[in-house]
Amino acid sequence: MRRLLALAGLLALAACGDDAAVSGGGGDKPQLVVSAASSMKEALAACARDFPAATVRLQFGGSDELAAQIRQGVPVDVFAAANTKLPDALARERRLEQPVVFATNQLVLAVPAEGGHVDSLEALERPGVTLALGAEGVPVGDYARAVVQRLGPGRSEAVLANVRSNEPDVKGIVGKLTQGAVDAGFVYASDVEATKGELRAIELPARLEPTATYGAGVVEAAKQPDAAEAFVDDLVAGGCHESLLAAGFGEP
Amino acid sequence: MSGWFAVLLAVALAAALTFLTLPIVAIFAQQPPDDLLAALGEEGALDALWLSLRATAAALALILAVGTPAAYLLATRRFRGRAVLITLIELPLVLPPAVAGIALLAAVGPSTPLGRAAQDAGVQLSLATAGVVVALTFVAAPFYLRQAIAAFEAVDPTLLDASRTLGASPARTFARVAIPTALPGLVAGTALALGRALGEFGATLMFAGSFQGVTQTVPLAIYDRFATDFTAALALSAVLVAVSAAILLSVKLVRGPDAVAR
Repeated sequence: MRRLLALAGLLALAACGDDAAVSGGGGDKPQLVVSAASSMKEALAACARDFPAATVRLQFGGSDELAAQIRQGVPVDVFAAANTKLPDALARERRLEQPVVFATNQLVLAVPAEGGHVDSLEALERPGVTLALGAEGVPVGDYARAVVQRLGPGRSEAVLANVRSNEPDVKGIVGKLTQGAVDAGFVYASDVEATKGELRAIELPARLEPTATYGAGVVEAAKQPDAAEAFVDDLVAGGCHESLLAAGFGEP
Repeated sequence: MSGWFAVLLAVALAAALTFLTLPIVAIFAQQPPDDLLAALGEEGALDALWLSLRATAAALALILAVGTPAAYLLATRRFRGRAVLITLIELPLVLPPAVAGIALLAAVGPSTPLGRAAQDAGVQLSLATAGVVVALTFVAAPFYLRQAIAAFEAVDPTLLDASRTLGASPARTFARVAIPTALPGLVAGTALALGRALGEFGATLMFAGSFQGVTQTVPLAIYDRFATDFTAALALSAVLVAVSAAILLSVKLVRGPDAVAR
């Protein structure tokens, strides 16, 4: 019994260990929780370590999913989304302070670097070609649907008929592509770059408006509002902004 | 029992009960029942329920057809390496779903030799309903096999011997004596496999993708909706809670009225 209690105590300690280590080891640096769109995974993981004002804990997911968490009251300090629609909506609901635009990304058609069936946007209309999109409500899915709609009636229906999976976030699309489950998918230019040569990007013509605008803001209920403010500034013009540019993102 | 110990036990039980039932009650309490029912009427929700039903039924048919004789062999024969075989069969039982997804991709994914061979033979697994069935079968089969082996082991060997000495063939003994005697255990195993298959999420998403009516089972539909339509996600969750409760209750009924009272 005593042993059992000791074990339970140890487990409880281990569970709390994270917080204890952060506040103790980091010289009283506050811990900042940042919810960011999946597409920024590589870029932010690199710069967050160097953020001076706080120890940054990043959590990634589909922007819509992260917004839903904030609506459910999950304690987050910063929300960085792959669009401006979700941060604006949260700001209107008074859950987010005035959001700012901090980067852009190009929606591209991603295909396997070698041996693919698709080499142009037109090829997507052929019957039998398979395609993965983001689910509706996920920014990468909404951007892709908007781009496909701009192809015009007929053509857009032919493309949408080839969709085989609606993924919950952009990494799901990349996974289906690298596994060879689909011939093509709409992702961001930075996602193709992150695969280090496994995938190739087919750029989309400007008339299809393939530019994604990223918005971020401080969550109203933030426990660390000052550090959160500083992190948003860092996204706009700082280490994380540089990191995003290096990863293939663009200036707003 | 000393007073403080009795209090400790009661507090522990109350804590466990609250912790385990509160989230489930909340599914039903967050929205009025009418809203939940209305959300189920949506086309995508019905598609997900129908797909879950079909894929789970197909997976269960495969599991029963192959698993029952396999479990019988393992339960009635003693041979070298039997324990190792049983452990291998049980392994997916404790495997995290994400590992199951990666394992299936590595074994029969679209870019593997086996996956290509299946495609050449006209069997589309990746991003197809057949892929969902494969994922469900992989994660649910061990639940049935484990129960079935135990159920067949519990069959009195003299019963099987008597059947044989009375002239019944091994196949007839299996079908007419072993299966009816082990039936409660087999039903319990089926129910557990059913529950696991209905709830499968990670392996399905990774291996089969998510597409309405083709690969988007109820758990995937719940995940798809939770950000955009929480009420619809609650409604589908409520259905799964009801089905799970029904499964649990039927297992207890099969195991005898004692188990219900207990």
